[in-house]
Amino acid sequence: MAGKSVESSSTKAKKYAGWVVAMILAVFWLVVAFVPFLFMVISGFKQKMETIMYGAFHMPEKFYPDNYIEIITDPRFWNYFKNSVIVLVLSLALLLLFAAFAAYPLSRFKFKMRDTTFLLIVACMSVPIHVTMIPVFQMSIKSGLYDSIWALIPTAVAFATPLSVFILTGFMKGIPADLEEAADIDGCGRYKRFFKVILPLCTPGLSTLAIYNGVNIWNEFIFAFTLTQSEKNRTLPLALWNYQGVYSSNTAMIMACLTLSVIPMIILFIIMQDKLVKGMMAGAVKG
Amino acid sequence: MEKTGSLAKRRKRSIAICSFVFLLPVLILLFTFLVYPIVQTFINSFTKWNGISVAKTYNGITNWKKLFGDKDFWRAFLNNVKIMILSLLIQMPIGILLATFLDAGGKKFNFFKVIWFLPLLMSSVAVGYLFHYALATNGGLISSISQLLGGGKVDLLGNQKTAIYAVIAVICWQFIPFYMVYYMAGYSSISEDIYEAAIVDGATRGQYVRKIALPLLVPTIKSAVVMSVTGSLKYFDLVYVMTGGGPGTSTELMATYMYKTSFTTYNMGYGSAIAAGMFILITVIAALIMRLMNSGGED
Repeated sequence: MAGKSVESSSTKAKKYAGWVVAMILAVFWLVVAFVPFLFMVISGFKQKMETIMYGAFHMPEKFYPDNYIEIITDPRFWNYFKNSVIVLVLSLALLLLFAAFAAYPLSRFKFKMRDTTFLLIVACMSVPIHVTMIPVFQMSIKSGLYDSIWALIPTAVAFATPLSVFILTGFMKGIPADLEEAADIDGCGRYKRFFKVILPLCTPGLSTLAIYNGVNIWNEFIFAFTLTQSEKNRTLPLALWNYQGVYSSNTAMIMACLTLSVIPMIILFIIMQDKLVKGMMAGAVKG
Repeated sequence: MEKTGSLAKRRKRSIAICSFVFLLPVLILLFTFLVYPIVQTFINSFTKWNGISVAKTYNGITNWKKLFGDKDFWRAFLNNVKIMILSLLIQMPIGILLATFLDAGGKKFNFFKVIWFLPLLMSSVAVGYLFHYALATNGGLISSISQLLGGGKVDLLGNQKTAIYAVIAVICWQFIPFYMVYYMAGYSSISEDIYEAAIVDGATRGQYVRKIALPLLVPTIKSAVVMSVTGSLKYFDLVYVMTGGGPGTSTELMATYMYKTSFTTYNMGYGSAIAAGMFILITVIAALIMRLMNSGGED
């Protein structure tokens, strides 16, 4: 009896020690993850040479909001923002529609070449986009889309398609067949059934995909960089690039610009934290 | 008999047509933006071409010969391999640890989860710029810490020896939250009953994680490894804006080298050869790793 209680108190002590170690490590990682953010936001409130002269940990005498104000009142910034929004909304709409189109026959019909088609789409998931870049650049010039935001939409849709089709196909397989059969008896054709029955039932899958792909499209850099040239046709990630070119020695200005570029994502994260994490998970479980 | 037979046939045909119609947009997109460009890149790799003039002159295997002997390319490849190995060694264990911690704590640790998640919200470009300044000699974080402790200024990104490791540290900072979320997904797919049964049988949390959860997470870990490997071999954005491949060629990667060759010096024939070489290397390495892991998992 006594022996048993000694043992249980020693395992309790062990358990407690384990949690202490875990907590210390957790707090350490909290610092590692968060300090660069603090550096970014606070440096944005400093004057031009302050960070370089006094170091990162020197608190500004008074918070100097002019960098943020200068960017927010700059019409060019809002133009980048507008371009990003247009690309995001149109690409997402097309992507989700086309991916759902493709997932429907792949998940619910039997036809020749179905498995081959599915395999082809899955194989496209692992293609490094750089291998397509020169021909895509050439196509954009030939089609006259080069240096316009319209060049960015087809590429955004195309490169996000394989993963989206893969995930949606899995999702649609989970929708019970009876629901569709009932609609069949009611005289709904296959096309009508897709829009009336399947698509509405896919909303949860579509919304996680929208979030996962939305974050990627919003942050896309390399194709925006390659396929556009003039300032007025570029998206937000390129705003950072252009500001860096103009203000390269003005740390405070760049940090203010970075902070402003992250804010939309942070707001999104606060509004729908769980959905965002779920969206990331959906993207993650592709392997 | 005959009638039902033809009916079945007609039904089959109408299904085939319907499937084709639904698949058409995606097939057009994939052929136009993936399949055709890949083929075109391989064709271009046998040409001398500046990308602007219409004239492409075929020069046989000249580009490929050059690629095999190109020290800069192999240096870039080696940098990619360094990133690949260190990413695996650093990101996987920390990702699992963080996920294990959050899984054990549940809702109580939401605060940790939110802060840990933050780096994932930034674009690679933003992360690249942030650390371009946060690791700067003057006013950077590491430099300032060193000065607070009485040391001198530290120039991590300007030093040929340290630059690649600084880059790797930043990559880890950015992607550890991704693997954390990934392993959280893995944990959440383990049924609650298994955990309860283990606890009823007298297992501690640590034993549950080591003996039950981790073995169940093996498939998740395997696919995370494949993702990390292919990701490491095609990094671009972050390095391009943070170091531009420098100082010298110390942080040059295959993708940045390919980009510079094609779009800065407009040597698109050779750039295509680099891209094609990169494609082959990534495919081969990914296939090898998958085979290695699958053969390891079967015994």
